[in-house]
Amino acid sequence: MARAISPRRKWTITVVAWLLGLALFFPILWTVLTSFKTEGEAIASPPSLIAFDWTLANYFEVQARSNYFKYVGNSIVIALGSTLIGLLIAIPAAWAMAFSPTKRTKDVLMWMLSTKMLPPVGVLVPIYLIFRDTGLLDSRTGLIGVLTMINLPIIVWMLYTYFREIPGEILEAARMDGASLAKEIVYVLTPMALPGIASTMLLNIILAWNEAFWTLNLTASNAAPLTAFIAAYSSPEGLFWAKLSAASTLAIAPILIMGWFSQRQLIRGLTFGAVK
Amino acid sequence: MGKITLDKVSKSFGQTSVIPQIDLTIEDGEFVVFVGPSGCGKSTLLRLIAGLEDTTRGTISIDGQDVTGAPPAKRGLSMVFQSYALYPHMSVRQNIAFPLKMANEDKAVIAKKVEEAARILNLTDYLERRPGQLSGGQRQRVAIGRAIVRQPKAFLFDEPLSNLDAALRGTMRLEISELHQSLGTTMVYVTHDQVEAMTMADKIVVLQAGRVEQVGSPLELYRSPRNLFVAGFIGAPKMNLIDGTGARKHNAATIGIRPEHIRLSSDGGEWTGKVGVTEHLGADTLLHVAVDGVGQVTVRADGEYQVRSGDTVRLTPDPDKLHRFNADGETF
Repeated sequence: MARAISPRRKWTITVVAWLLGLALFFPILWTVLTSFKTEGEAIASPPSLIAFDWTLANYFEVQARSNYFKYVGNSIVIALGSTLIGLLIAIPAAWAMAFSPTKRTKDVLMWMLSTKMLPPVGVLVPIYLIFRDTGLLDSRTGLIGVLTMINLPIIVWMLYTYFREIPGEILEAARMDGASLAKEIVYVLTPMALPGIASTMLLNIILAWNEAFWTLNLTASNAAPLTAFIAAYSSPEGLFWAKLSAASTLAIAPILIMGWFSQRQLIRGLTFGAVK
Repeated sequence: MGKITLDKVSKSFGQTSVIPQIDLTIEDGEFVVFVGPSGCGKSTLLRLIAGLEDTTRGTISIDGQDVTGAPPAKRGLSMVFQSYALYPHMSVRQNIAFPLKMANEDKAVIAKKVEEAARILNLTDYLERRPGQLSGGQRQRVAIGRAIVRQPKAFLFDEPLSNLDAALRGTMRLEISELHQSLGTTMVYVTHDQVEAMTMADKIVVLQAGRVEQVGSPLELYRSPRNLFVAGFIGAPKMNLIDGTGARKHNAATIGIRPEHIRLSSDGGEWTGKVGVTEHLGADTLLHVAVDGVGQVTVRADGEYQVRSGDTVRLTPDPDKLHRFNADGETF
């Protein structure tokens, strides 16, 4: 039986939910607002929320000092590249584990996940040396390779749980209905697996886009993505809050827009299987 | 045509033998029900016929043709699953049309056959909906529709009604029986519910631990069960099975008497007992009687029979309807 919710309770929940949502969103809002201030206003105390002289100067300055589009290009290539290669490897792997599990399947999955428990810095030196010796330092190819391997366990796990949600009886029904393996894949499997693959892809693009440890350590200028672009504004000549904010806003804008348009898909993906 | 023959078929999963060895013939047009407790191998047997499981030994033939090694698609059978197994991303129309599409039928022919199936199953108004927007009974009908469009040699049903509520189950039972009458196609039906078996079957196959306990028409099984297991499984309420002194008087290790074959009286009678719980079903009343020296006995009485808990009653089993079993549980 559904619990009766009094109007008052409903109001309280709504207000608390909004406050929580705003609290979570506030750092991003503050970054965006700061990016339109002058450096002086950015560090003013008390800070002004809206009433300041809005300026685009930081954005021009940032673009003048470093070519934003080069970094965006690198980010896109690295995020998409590592995600696509990851999916190519993970789809058959997850498929095999979900539909023809063996006694060791659980162990293999745990072993893959265990690689995520190792602090990345623990393997930084060997990987750095391998990259140096093979000429992969500061190359997009190298980064795509590293990010693919870093995120592969997550892709496999996510796809595995999605594929497990596809009831075996439906595949058997297709076989009874006279579908050949090829037709079974085209008409039944793929449409049922696509939502899971799509949300895995979206999440992995976000993960790869935001990955900072390896991108900062293995790139200098050629292959540097947006994470390096932001980092460039944080240290050398002291802190410039307004320019740093402008750089950050530019860096998160593409992924924010992508997330906004695909939020329905993302949420569906995250709650897939919870409600039939 | 749809005559299915199982010749010395056995099935093991690894070291575990699920079906030791079975010989069975399902005649063309017959409605055969596999019944038995859960884990008795009835679903496995159906899946062997469907081709969804490989036989370990033996041969399965359909209309005289050996299909033991043939994939499910090549056997010309349709199956209705317990979970309905509808394609969630397709409309009802696409679901029903799917087997025809797989058979590369002409588009116009497909449309006509789907409309026809929908009309028979009262689904015409729901053709554009997705399975998720249908009730349990409607989904079941779509699953049946998908099975009938292809005009298969035989239908296989795997506990198709167990996810439905009691009222709907009764209706669907009737609909499937009517469908069998109008199509005349062989149907193989798996259930653990002996009422479904009794009401629908031409022939019942009672299974236990992968072995066939008895094959026969519902009334044959009811009248002359071959052993204790069948006697206890077929019939509702269950047959009273009595051993000890009560049975020795009839020169048997165990005797069985159905609740409807016991006469009630206020004096005389073979047994004396005290009435415990009474269940009033309307047309009938079930009396649970504690009989001295015999144990608990269920008696079916007329719905108008006046009795109260604690009353003493005399019972006489009908000697013609008494079943006698030896120490091995076999009827003699």
